Amino acid sequence: MTDTAHEKNCVVLRAENLHRWLGEDENRVHALKGVSLSLEAGKVHAVVGPSGCGKSTLLYLLGLLDRPDEGDIWLLGKHMTKASEARRTPVRNEHLGFVFQFHFLMPEFTAAENIMLPMRKLNRLTEIQMKERADQILQEVGLEDKGQRLAYHLSGGEQQRVAVGRALANDPGLILADEPTGNLDQQNSDSIFSLLCRLAGEKKQAVLIVTHNLDLARQCDHTFSLVDGNLT
Amino acid sequence: MKRNFQIAIRFLLAKKRAMLMTLAGIVFGVAFFIVTQAQTHGFEELFIRTVLGTNGALRVQDKFQNAITSLMAESGDQTEGFKVPLKEGRTYIAGIAHPRSLKDSVEKFGSVSGVSEVLAGRASVSSGFRTEKTEVLGIRLIDHLSVTDLASQIRYGNLSGYGEEPKGILIGSRLAGRLQADIGDTLFLEQSGAKRRYRLAGIFETGVGQFDLARVFIHLGEARLLFNKPFGSSYLQVSLFEPEKAPQVAQHLEETLQHDVDSWQEREKTWLEVFRVLRFSSGLTMASIIVIAGLGMFNTLAMIVMERQREIAILRSIGYTPGDIVSIFLQQGLIVLLVGTLLGWILALSMTYGVSSLPIHIRGVFSTDSFVVKWSLWHYIWASLISALVILLASYLPARKAARIDPGKVIRRMGG
Repeated sequence: MTDTAHEKNCVVLRAENLHRWLGEDENRVHALKGVSLSLEAGKVHAVVGPSGCGKSTLLYLLGLLDRPDEGDIWLLGKHMTKASEARRTPVRNEHLGFVFQFHFLMPEFTAAENIMLPMRKLNRLTEIQMKERADQILQEVGLEDKGQRLAYHLSGGEQQRVAVGRALANDPGLILADEPTGNLDQQNSDSIFSLLCRLAGEKKQAVLIVTHNLDLARQCDHTFSLVDGNLT
Repeated sequence: MKRNFQIAIRFLLAKKRAMLMTLAGIVFGVAFFIVTQAQTHGFEELFIRTVLGTNGALRVQDKFQNAITSLMAESGDQTEGFKVPLKEGRTYIAGIAHPRSLKDSVEKFGSVSGVSEVLAGRASVSSGFRTEKTEVLGIRLIDHLSVTDLASQIRYGNLSGYGEEPKGILIGSRLAGRLQADIGDTLFLEQSGAKRRYRLAGIFETGVGQFDLARVFIHLGEARLLFNKPFGSSYLQVSLFEPEKAPQVAQHLEETLQHDVDSWQEREKTWLEVFRVLRFSSGLTMASIIVIAGLGMFNTLAMIVMERQREIAILRSIGYTPGDIVSIFLQQGLIVLLVGTLLGWILALSMTYGVSSLPIHIRGVFSTDSFVVKWSLWHYIWASLISALVILLASYLPARKAARIDPGKVIRRMGG
């Protein structure tokens, strides 16, 4: 697909015929069996399915953290499947944001410093600009008064908000969330989901949420069901 | 660099206790390395100063003829290129037959700062109390002062008194003690039945036991009379502007003058080797403390890599390269190295100063009443290089392991 076509359709990511085998020898499992999907800007997408159906495997492939055994991935119109790690790493930094089930924050860093981590790597803003942007993101995720708190002093819900903030740091085109509410109570779960939906709408970012929560998936713009490695 | 430094410092501070242990190891390792080098180097230099101040840098002695080179020259065979005279093929003629002309020749060498003609021999020295065997050196005082530290080695009496007194004699401090001789006393030198009388003008102390016990100085003219040698001398004692170049100068003089020339390095080879081994072994022992600190560093960083797999995987997932991860761990090592080395230097400076004022009474190989230290920047540079090598190696191995972490696998395993 050309860049022009990509802009016309607002497709941020396109995957075609992805296959992935996991494990070795007799434990080898065909986790993904020809999965194809497109993620559009400003829309929230969900992949649902039972545990072990390959949801996370798909997310890691789309997030350029793993490589498919077969198939192709285009991110913002660029073919990424065979791109070297040296090319994929800056793409992850600039165009992708990750939110995991467990927040995976740097415990000794403040909320603001955690959000600034991807910005520091991108190295496009001055220290003051990075701090201003971190404050702005903290405001967006509802933690404007907790920027200077160390990550391990925040509650579970707050930590996950910081993780969302970190994913937004470089204003990426695609946010990939792996069970982002799986470790939270109902109230925090709803709050994080609303936050992701709001940000997708406001910032025209594509959001892909991997979840086994069907109620949550129903509220998304597009829902894919992954069963036994096949996407429907 | 700055972004990685911030992460490095946070990782480091999370392991304060382990890092402090490593830091202490580097501080003490660097400090002890420097202090022991300062001491061994200091004593080595004192020994060299004593040797140069007592026996000079070079000794020009017996005349020789190169029997083997002579034969080769006679054969006229140029193809063999056999130009180097072999010491085994030499014929020696004891002593120096024409000391005046030889002295003039030696003085013409630009590297030579002083030459003293010496007539040496054995004799018995006696006071009213007892008799001792001695090595008598007949010298010209002015010349000898230009090649030795005799002036500063005088403990009792004075050299002007000796210079003005034709029958004056200078004796070593231990010999004076044995003879129970005081300044102004009469001493007798006896050789081959002839006995001559002298007045004790000065007592010297070189710090070298054998010299202070057995060496006496008299005027050259008196020595000629005592040993019944109106001509010639035993050797020329030579001082150089650059004593460390003595072996090269010795070789040059030997080839030019056809006299056997010994450098101080050749004469004191055994002692110099002892000091070299001592310096090396003490350096090695102290470096082992730094190596142990390095093992501590390796252990701590390996623990951090194990415990921080999740954070490393996250950093990789948000765009940090394997190079960034290596840099984060190397910077942790670098921080500990810089702080440890700096504190080690400060501790070394104060310890070296403290050691230098410790009293100690040494006589035998040299003379000192306090610990001798050598202040050299090279000790600090070497200590820093050793600790840098050890710590950076100890940091690089865990850093490389951290950089190889597959973010996808780790996040999946951690239930991302």
